[in-house]
Amino acid sequence: MSDKTINIEEFVPREGEARRPYSSADFDRDIDPARDDFNEGLTLPDINTEPMYVNIGPTHPATHGTFRIYARLDGETVEKAGVDIGYLHRGFEKIAEYKQYNQIIPYTDRLNYCSGLTNNVAFCKAVERMMGIEITERTKMIRLIIMEIQRIMDHMICVGTTIVDIGALTNFWYFYNARDKLNDLLEALTGARLTYSYTRIGGLAWDLPAGWRDDVKAAIKEVPSAIADVRGLVQKNRIFQDRTRGVGVISAEDAISFGWTGPCLRSTGADLDLRKVRPYYGYESFDFDIPVGANGDAFDRLMVRIAEMEESLKIIHQAIDRVPDGPINVDDKRVTLPPKEKVHTSMEALINHFKLVIDGVQPPVGRIYDATETPNGELGFYIISDGSGHPYRIKVRPPCFYAMNTLKFLVEGGMVADIVAILGGLNVVAGELER
Amino acid sequence: MTRNDTERHDALVLETRSRFGDKLLSVDRSYGDCALIVDLGVVHDVLAFLKNARRFDLLMDITGIDCTNLPAHRERFELSYNLYSVPDDLRVRVETAVPELEMNVPTAIDLWKSANWAEREAFEMFGFNFVGHPCLKRLLTHHEFNGFPLRKDYPLMAGQWCSVTSDLSDELNEPR
Repeated sequence: MSDKTINIEEFVPREGEARRPYSSADFDRDIDPARDDFNEGLTLPDINTEPMYVNIGPTHPATHGTFRIYARLDGETVEKAGVDIGYLHRGFEKIAEYKQYNQIIPYTDRLNYCSGLTNNVAFCKAVERMMGIEITERTKMIRLIIMEIQRIMDHMICVGTTIVDIGALTNFWYFYNARDKLNDLLEALTGARLTYSYTRIGGLAWDLPAGWRDDVKAAIKEVPSAIADVRGLVQKNRIFQDRTRGVGVISAEDAISFGWTGPCLRSTGADLDLRKVRPYYGYESFDFDIPVGANGDAFDRLMVRIAEMEESLKIIHQAIDRVPDGPINVDDKRVTLPPKEKVHTSMEALINHFKLVIDGVQPPVGRIYDATETPNGELGFYIISDGSGHPYRIKVRPPCFYAMNTLKFLVEGGMVADIVAILGGLNVVAGELER
Repeated sequence: MTRNDTERHDALVLETRSRFGDKLLSVDRSYGDCALIVDLGVVHDVLAFLKNARRFDLLMDITGIDCTNLPAHRERFELSYNLYSVPDDLRVRVETAVPELEMNVPTAIDLWKSANWAEREAFEMFGFNFVGHPCLKRLLTHHEFNGFPLRKDYPLMAGQWCSVTSDLSDELNEPR
């Protein structure tokens, strides 16, 4: 008995061998080589190499929206993953074909609902370019400021919640204190805290409230300290770095092939930013930089966003004193309602008002694609007009749709816990993803 | 519109025309954009030419269009590929008409990986059959859903009852 050796081959489960619950009898038999029946039918059920299939989602708290990842796990390693989206598909593009252009603006709020104003602006910008409308300088500057405020707010949600998902709650509150101040600003401006619907084709819904610019100056003072607090907690934190560095790495070439834009693409080292390469609303006259990452991992995606918040602050500081006086709506009968006193006194104004309300804004026949740099990347609207008051077809080009396409390839081969770190850094917003 | 886009679009159109001849049916230059309207038979060749020879390395989007109610159209459906060149900062669209009875279009997934979901969306919304796509199934709509919702003959308020969650094992069990 003493010369009995353990053949390592025996430890490998045989093909087709049935598994059964492990009992104490097995345990005795397996560890005592003195027993006669040692090594007979030996299995080691505690080294389980069978794949395990798990659903992550559709209502997992770390997905921040409803989508599902179905994963085949080997231990804690994700061998294969399938991504299932569409739980929030509301048919934006179908509904839009039945609405007037100005009626579509509230629907755009619900695309990326973390930064609804940016979507409002992006849609109006596309229609205005189609109609050849040059909006007033005052409106340009107001739109620019609210877009940058929204960029800061969007990045705060993305960075804050991602760090929560990987185990650090405090940062979230640091960001949310400052974010709440910014939200108060937008509430004073638009009356809403989530679905703003502030822009109109050719202008804005209403002008700035009294003292709003001073409020902005006061509110954005809170942001740098919030950024400093969060940076101080995470940037050189060993646990945070272990969780995010080298996780979900993608090269710039692959990211471009996958259709990435925005901060996710810039984290790989490519410096594509529409505010620089195709400036609109006077972005070219501001002094700001484009932060880029180096490694294209989850860490870089978050750090690029934090750095972008500081650049947005720089833009707001420069822009807030440069808002010129003047009208907010263009003087164009095709898009702007006439003043109310004229509607009551002049026949032409009455007809104009009636036609605009009943028929809506009517861009000329044609097709246009117009893109805007939103917090997530390039948000594009491809609009086909048949000359009527309803768009013939609208296609939204959502930035995070293409980031989500990549998720499957980023998580495969990594650990289960990495999924949330990768998913959070991509900033996938279900409203925009599924439209 | 800035940075001599017009000249660069002109050069691109000339080069495409010299290479594909009358397969380049027409060019739409409205609003400073550039759309190459090409024959369905050469759409993949045009895309490969733009990707490999002209550095259009970012496929922004693939848009399906149901042209039923548009006054002048050759076929019922159209596909629009929206391309962007990161090194050259230039945009171009490639558009092609697709007949209703045979909606076979070669996949662009060999050129851009972003074509994967973009083509699945065009498939489920309009019914384009992307030949060569490895996993052409519904993406945003439910797998039990019938019909193609963005076609003009699909009613706005038509609801469908779908109950069984899709099993993603087909995506999991393909060989690595």
